[in-house]
Formats: sequence, C-alpha cells, structure tokens
Amino acid sequence: MTWTLATPLVLPFLTAVLAFLARYGAAGRWFSVAGNAILLGASILLMARVLDQGVIATQMGGWAAPFGITLVADYLSAVMVVITAITALAVSVYALSDIDERKEHLGYHALFNILIGGVVGAFLTGDLFNLYVWFEVMLISSFGLLILGGKKEQIDGGIKYVTLNLISTILFLSGIGLLYGMTGTLNMADMARAIDTVENQGLVTVVAMMFMVAFGVKAAVFPLFFWLPAAYHTPAFSVSAVFAGLLTKVGVYALIRMFTLVFDGDIGFTHQILLWVAALTMVTGVLGAAAQNDMRKILSFHIVSQIGYMIMGLALLTPLAVAGAVFYLVHHIIVKANLFLIAGVAERTAGSTNLDRIGGLYKSAPLLAVLFFIPAFSLAGFPPLSGFWAKYVLVAAAIEIEGWIIAAVALLVGLLTIFSMTKIWAEAFWKPHPEGVDPELTRLTPQARRNLLIPIAALAAMTLVIGFSPDPFVTFAKDAAAQLLDPTAYITTVLGGEA
Amino acid sequence: MEALIAITIGVLVAASVYLMLARNVLRFIFGLVLISNAANLTIFVAGRLTEGAPPLIPVGADGPVGDVANALPQALVLTAIVIGFGLFAFALVLMFRAYSTLGTLYSDDMRIAEPRTEDKT
Repeated sequence: MTWTLATPLVLPFLTAVLAFLARYGAAGRWFSVAGNAILLGASILLMARVLDQGVIATQMGGWAAPFGITLVADYLSAVMVVITAITALAVSVYALSDIDERKEHLGYHALFNILIGGVVGAFLTGDLFNLYVWFEVMLISSFGLLILGGKKEQIDGGIKYVTLNLISTILFLSGIGLLYGMTGTLNMADMARAIDTVENQGLVTVVAMMFMVAFGVKAAVFPLFFWLPAAYHTPAFSVSAVFAGLLTKVGVYALIRMFTLVFDGDIGFTHQILLWVAALTMVTGVLGAAAQNDMRKILSFHIVSQIGYMIMGLALLTPLAVAGAVFYLVHHIIVKANLFLIAGVAERTAGSTNLDRIGGLYKSAPLLAVLFFIPAFSLAGFPPLSGFWAKYVLVAAAIEIEGWIIAAVALLVGLLTIFSMTKIWAEAFWKPHPEGVDPELTRLTPQARRNLLIPIAALAAMTLVIGFSPDPFVTFAKDAAAQLLDPTAYITTVLGGEA
Repeated sequence: MEALIAITIGVLVAASVYLMLARNVLRFIFGLVLISNAANLTIFVAGRLTEGAPPLIPVGADGPVGDVANALPQALVLTAIVIGFGLFAFALVLMFRAYSTLGTLYSDDMRIAEPRTEDKT
C-alpha cells in the first residue's frame, strides 16, 4: 500500500544520485533512461491502484493525519504522475543525443531527475507546506537546468525567471502561514473541513487571492507570465521541452487542487476573477505568439495561451468544465513537450529556429513534417486530433451554462492558434531554405536520428491515440472532475488513515 | 508583541518593495532577502506567540506540562530559512555571472534573450 505511493517519489531521487555519480561516463545518461522507464512502470501501478480504489493515501513516518505528512493520489494526481513519467522518459531518451558531454559533466541528468522528483512530489503530496517544499525542489533544479551551459541569453532569461519565481514563492509561503494561522492545520484535506469554521471569511478570500497570484506566476497566467517567454527559448531543447510540458502545469494543478478543495467558499468572487484571467491569458498569449518569429518563442507564447483554456475549465467549475480542464492538461503536456523536441530537430537539420533563416523541411524531411503536423494541429484544435476534443469539451461546458463570451473567446483563440501554427508550417516547412541547404534528416548521425526521433514519434502516436479514441479519456476526466468537485472521498481517505 | 512584529513585517515589506522596484538587480536581490524574512515572521506570528514557554518535555514526563509555545511554526520557519538561504546563494551567484558575462546589473540593459525590434538586424 505505502510503496505504491512512495515509489514514484523515491525513484527520481535515486536515479539522480546514480546519474550524478556516473556523470563522467556513458552510464550516467543510461541511468536516467532506465530510471525513468522504471518510474513509468511505477506510475502505471499507482494508476491501476487508484482506478481500483478511487483515492489512496498513506501517512509518512506513521504519523496519523493531520499531524504527519500525507501522500495522497486521486484520479487527477495519478494521471499527472503517469504523464510526468511519460514526458520524463521521452525527454531522457531525447537527451541522449541532445545534451553534450560538457553539460553531462556539470550534472545535467542529476538535475533533470531531481526536477522530475519535485514535480511528482507536488502532484502526490496532501500537505500544503510539503507542497511548498516540492515547489522549491522543482524551482532550484529548474534554475540549474535553465542556465546550464552559461550562454548570454541563458543568463539573461535566467535572471527574469529566477526573480519572478522567487517572488511567487514568497507569496505562497506567506499565504501558507496565514492559512495555518486561521485553520490551525497544514493538511489539505483537514484544511478543507476547517476552513468553513473560520469566523472571518473575508480574510479567507484575501488569502485565496495570495494563492491565486502565487500559483498564477507558476502557471504563467495573464498578467504574470512575462518570465516565461523571456526564458523558455534559451536553454537546451530537452530542457525547454520538459519545462514547457511540466512546470507550468504544476502551477495549474496546484490552482485546481486549492480552488476545488480549500477555496470553494466564495466562488462568485474568486472564480469570476479566474474567468477573466483565463480569457485574457488566452488572448494575450496567442497575440504574443503572432508577433514572434522564432519557433521556440512562438511555442512559448502558445503555452501561455493554452494555460488560459485550463484555467477557463477551473473557473467555470461545472463537472464538464473541470473534466475539460483535466483532459486539456493531459493532452497539452504531451503535445507541447513534443513540439519543443521537434524544434530541436529542426535546428539540428536546418540550422536555426529563427523562421527567417530556415525552410525546406517539408521537401527534405517529410517524416519530420508529418511528426510536426500531428502535435501542431492538435494544439490548434483540428479534428480529430486530441486538442479538438479538449477544446470541444471546454466550449461545450461554457455553452451549457450560457457563458457565451468565454466560449467565443475560446473559439477565436483557437482560430488564431491555427494562424500561428500555419506560420511555422509555411516558413519552416514549405518555403525553400533561404541558403539553399537541404535540411535532410540524414545530416544527423544514425544514432542521433534514432534517439531524437523515437520519443517524438512515440509522443505523436499518443496524441493520435487520444484523438481517435477519446471516449475512455473523456470518461476518465469526468470521473476525475467528479472527485474534485465532491472531495468527500479525498477527505475521508486522508483523515481516516490507511484505507 | 504581536503589534510590534506586525509593524516590523510592514516596514520590512515596504523597504523590500522599494528595493525591488529598482532597476539594479543587486538591489532587487536585497529586497528579496528582506521580504523573505517578512514572510518568515508572518508564519511565526500567525502560529500565535506564547512568551517564555519553550516547547520542552520535562524529564520523565510523556508530554509537555502546562502551556507551551506552538513548535510547528518554528519548524516551518526553520525550513523556510534554510530553503531561502539556498535560493539566495544561487541568486547571488547568478547576479555575479550576469555582471561578468552581460557586463551590466541594470535590468533595462538585459535584452539579449528578448532583443528590442530596433536592435534586431
């Protein structure tokens, strides 16, 4: 029982230690791949257990909740852990050829696995202060990964990333302190019970706003997203892929968790703000992307825009809308990580990610073009790819409660997303290469081709699977939403000890 | 005592916001140190202050006797201080690297990752 929950958490740190010790040899990178493959197995076991029992919880160190630290997994946590493991495995295979020896000697693989450990910890913990600690684990390893290599752009982007994230951390910490002062507990399930008995509910709303801003910075919502497009295009491609896939989504996860479990007292106020934030995030993100001319910068702004859709699902707070948000999270992580990986291959073959300087990929590398087409137009919401169903569920949820404006914004942003995806498609793939180079995939060594293309193809295949058989995934997302909106099972499992 | 600490927190936050609004990133970092200490004090005071009653268990007893201070906020603050120290050390080194590679500490001049349109040639 205990081990199903603790294994996915322990594995990345174990891998990190091994990878660090073996960082001067080839063994280090293979430890990373093997560790993440085992992590995927462990997370699937966890998923099976959660599907079987609903919510599972375990008390660390044998201290009964709410006094000890609880690890807890419901549907949402479990699926996030699985998707984290998938992304981690894909990126660790990609990194075999993407990360040069110098970065390996500096401990890339160790940092990467610590980052994964932090992400998994944030998804599995049931304790608010422990969530803060996992955020910090994630943050410090992401700092390291971001500036690894020490190029000028990396230092420049790193400063903005570090400073803005540290401010959010401090807001989060103060919020925890105040919430503890009011409820006398740090256990999230216990807090959900205790928060209703707080006399001054106005103060609860104030603290809720502190959490909204703190997690909002992490999730990169409007108007707190400026660190993201400043930093995400600077590090190695493996790093920006895992950042793009996972980091902001931890912020979204924390928002969903706190604003369904704890801060559901003043929905008219908090979730109205979230709805505005969602609409503005979608619009500013996609407009920012339209102004960019570099593949990774366009994709970075698209992260911001897509986060808006997930926040929209949370803000509407109907069963269908939250299900849409969960579905969107899962689909988005796979697609977004994949697009950054593809940008890496484009740079390796065509020489740049700047759209003015590349071209001809469709003619010379049709395989890459197909592999790009799937996630790119899934992101834009083409039927029958996974993004179409994600957007469909969310827009249907908005129309269901007659939120015409937000539905219209969501559809309009979808259109604009298509516009910027066609821009990448036309510039990088269709137009001939400006320097007359043939960016064929054979310019890569056979080994690099294998390591770079297999993860991309696997992730694209997953996008297709979700796209062509969305039913089980939508059903799962609806179950997850039901659990989130009625957290009775979550609370009783955590507080009732080993269930 | 609460009032005194509350005022201290207010002064710390005000000073740190003033520092963080500066264009010099070194001043920003100093502001960050101040505000993280303000956050630590917030946790401490939100856990209720009990004066002169350390949370100690007398020899031979199974639990604390009489009124004792809440030990949890102290543990939280300790954790936060340690983490904050690590992050601060990293941030300082990053600023130093920024100064040696970019040659400036003014955030307005840090436009290498996102060049202005007129700089793009």
